[in-house]
Amino acid sequence: MSSQTSERVLRAATSRWRPIGARLDRSAGSVFILPAVLVILGFSIFPLLASLYVSLSRLSFSEGGVDLKFVGLDNYAKLIVGVDQTHFLGVVGPITPVSIAVLAAAYGLLALLLYRYITGPNRTAGGLVGRVVTVVIAGALLWLIANTILTSGRPGTLVVTIVYVGVDVAVQYLLGLGLALLVVQHLPGRRFFRVVFLLPMMITPVGVAYLFQMLTDTSKGPLYPLWARFGLTDVSWVTNPWGARLAVMIGDVWQWTPFIFIILLAAIETLPHELVEAAVVDGASRWNVFWRITFPQILPATTTVVLIRLIEGFKIIDLPNVLTNGGPGTATESLTLHAYTIWRALDIGGSAAVAYMLLLLVTFVSVTYVNLFRRRVAALT
Amino acid sequence: MSRHLAKALGLVVGVGLMAACASGSNTNSGQKFSGVTVRVVTFTGPQIAEPLQRRAPDFEKATGAKVQIITVPFSDLYQKVLTDFATKTNSYDATVFDPQWMGDYVPPGYLEDLTDRVKNDSTLQWDDIAPFFRDFSATFKGKVYTIPLDGDFQMVYYRKDLLQKDGLKAPETWQDYIDIARHFQGKDLNGDGKADYGSCLAMKRSAQSYWAWISIASAFLQSQGTKQGAFFDLNNMQPLTNNPGAAAALDVYKQLSKIGPPTQLNDDVGNSRGLFITGRCALSLDWGDIGTLAIDKTQSKVEDKVGAVILPGSKQVLDRSTGQLADCNATLCPYAVNGVNHAPFAAFGGWSGAINKASSAKVKDAAFAFLSYMSAPKQSGEDVTIGRTGFNPYRTSQFTNLDEWTKAGMSTQAANDYLGAIKSSLQSPNMVLDLRIPQSAYYQQTALDTALAQFLAGELNVNQTMNQITSQWNKKTDDLGRQAQLDSYKASLSVTK
Repeated sequence: MSSQTSERVLRAATSRWRPIGARLDRSAGSVFILPAVLVILGFSIFPLLASLYVSLSRLSFSEGGVDLKFVGLDNYAKLIVGVDQTHFLGVVGPITPVSIAVLAAAYGLLALLLYRYITGPNRTAGGLVGRVVTVVIAGALLWLIANTILTSGRPGTLVVTIVYVGVDVAVQYLLGLGLALLVVQHLPGRRFFRVVFLLPMMITPVGVAYLFQMLTDTSKGPLYPLWARFGLTDVSWVTNPWGARLAVMIGDVWQWTPFIFIILLAAIETLPHELVEAAVVDGASRWNVFWRITFPQILPATTTVVLIRLIEGFKIIDLPNVLTNGGPGTATESLTLHAYTIWRALDIGGSAAVAYMLLLLVTFVSVTYVNLFRRRVAALT
Repeated sequence: MSRHLAKALGLVVGVGLMAACASGSNTNSGQKFSGVTVRVVTFTGPQIAEPLQRRAPDFEKATGAKVQIITVPFSDLYQKVLTDFATKTNSYDATVFDPQWMGDYVPPGYLEDLTDRVKNDSTLQWDDIAPFFRDFSATFKGKVYTIPLDGDFQMVYYRKDLLQKDGLKAPETWQDYIDIARHFQGKDLNGDGKADYGSCLAMKRSAQSYWAWISIASAFLQSQGTKQGAFFDLNNMQPLTNNPGAAAALDVYKQLSKIGPPTQLNDDVGNSRGLFITGRCALSLDWGDIGTLAIDKTQSKVEDKVGAVILPGSKQVLDRSTGQLADCNATLCPYAVNGVNHAPFAAFGGWSGAINKASSAKVKDAAFAFLSYMSAPKQSGEDVTIGRTGFNPYRTSQFTNLDEWTKAGMSTQAANDYLGAIKSSLQSPNMVLDLRIPQSAYYQQTALDTALAQFLAGELNVNQTMNQITSQWNKKTDDLGRQAQLDSYKASLSVTK
């Protein structure tokens, strides 16, 4: 009897304790990651919110300390409609046939994409709203790019940054992919070149900038004999806006192609040989092997590496800062450099506003990119 | 037992302390600042930091004070020291900085008032310092806050040999400067068979270019003496950047951008100095540095071929009552020489030492003694003759005592030329004081510098440039309070009305 009772009590107790234990088990995960979450909140979310507040205020030094005065959206207004507008957004020139044609083509494409989504089978209300917002923002950015670059106007730091990122990432990807495909061939010296191709990435960006400063100097520097041979020593291409931007882009491409190269190389080298061999046996051409077998299989790696480079690319500052200090004029100034030059004069609010615009741009581009490409690629594989 | 132990311990500690004190006073007897450490922050250099680092051990030997020289990149110095003082971190006891920033440092009370100290210090020999640096550069609202260590103002250097050969005189006006530059542009000036340049200026963005433009503009904008100011109207704080005088200066600037090396738009003073002392330019505009670099045997190819003159001027100046350019006359340009208004520009103002008010009294005393030691005629007289120190003359004794200069390798003739140009600038009652109001860094390094770079690159025309500078300056003035900024501007010019 007593043993029966104690057994029952025990069972009751276990059954009472079991849900608590289970709950503890379930929440153990959260408890364990709580310190990490708090650290991230402290080091990442707090500065983010603090800088948002800073971007809405003006800092001044007063008797015995610092004053942060709330000014609302004044710092943003300066960039979009105020004294810094031409610097940030650029100057819109009168329309040209080229700008109209490019815009028409781009808008047509956007409309087509939207139409296909609306008439497609998977549409949802949320998805539609998201896409309409994307199309509107993308349309506005395209309008700005076309009307500042393809006309007699001039691009501001926003458009210059977009151009850097667009051109750099595209060229880096093509070169990186080409080099990766080359190095997986059984060519002599491929191990040596694999290391050599990686070197630029190891150099600090400021070092790269000084390197290119010397290389682009036509009147002195290591390439002087070459310029002299073509009689170009009295022409400085870094004092021309597009020449200077080109120099910055060449430097960036040179430095970051290796990053894409190494990721794609790893992806290609892990591909199973059987598929390629089977295709070759079936008489597929080399192009078909690449386009139908290799490329689809490295798409996941591709989308990831391009996303990383996109986000990194928006933060370009070292090269234009050292190479030209953002000049001639504001021709090579990126958004980060724009924020830096304002910050240097201790206009911390204005600088934070530029940084927030950059954050919005990067977020917009990344989210759009992930939605448009990565999900599709994930569905494919 | 434990009481015994405590007693014993107390005894040991007490004896130890006494011994420590005794030994301390024994070894450092007679040393005023033994055990004091002074942390001085300045920019990376090698200029400016070099003489401070070189002389700190000597100072320690003489006084016992240990001086730590902390260096940060120039572009960070302003905000680094300011945020350090503002957040009460106070990791620096003194700073050797740009006195232009006094407008930001003095009103919140970060700097020690040195008025009484400089007058009672015999080492410093305050009265030997040229009046401009004493009364304007070191002074804010009538009180002294800095000790000058360097005399900065811009002047024009020319190749004496070339001008003499072609029967040309040193430029008196900016038009002369352009004409001479045109004359030599494309000719071989150093005998290497390659075409050289009429004038080499630093026009790179975010470097020193805006000072060069102000050097040009001053001649058109300020004619009534230092207290008139060259940046704002003293009645309403309206910028003097949108008028025919500023337009004339922009025009000169643009012309000069086309008479020079092809890389000129991307050249800073490092480049332009290098080009000048290797004999590739007929003219240049610079601080005192070219004078001492030109006698540096290791790199100079123009030893004894360099002449220097006060900044060229203008025969027409802005008449502020009408807002138009007008010919100089006795009332409009009281300080004109041969009908030409010269307004030598004390660009930057010269590196100066200031002391953190929040440091302890003993440290402040030691910091003052160190700055005074650095500025004293014995030390500074030697330092200003050495190119790598970055220090340029600012004391009367440095002009009268030619021995130091000839000892450094200058011929008597070259020394007279160089010092003559400096002396005529320093003695000018129409010297232009650099802008010293809160956030002057924004007005000049950000707004003015960017607009000038855009103007040179063709992004803006003359009117757009003037409008952009004016509207950005006005916006900043309104943001910070027009009256407060005006008060600061007047205080910097020691205008009391």
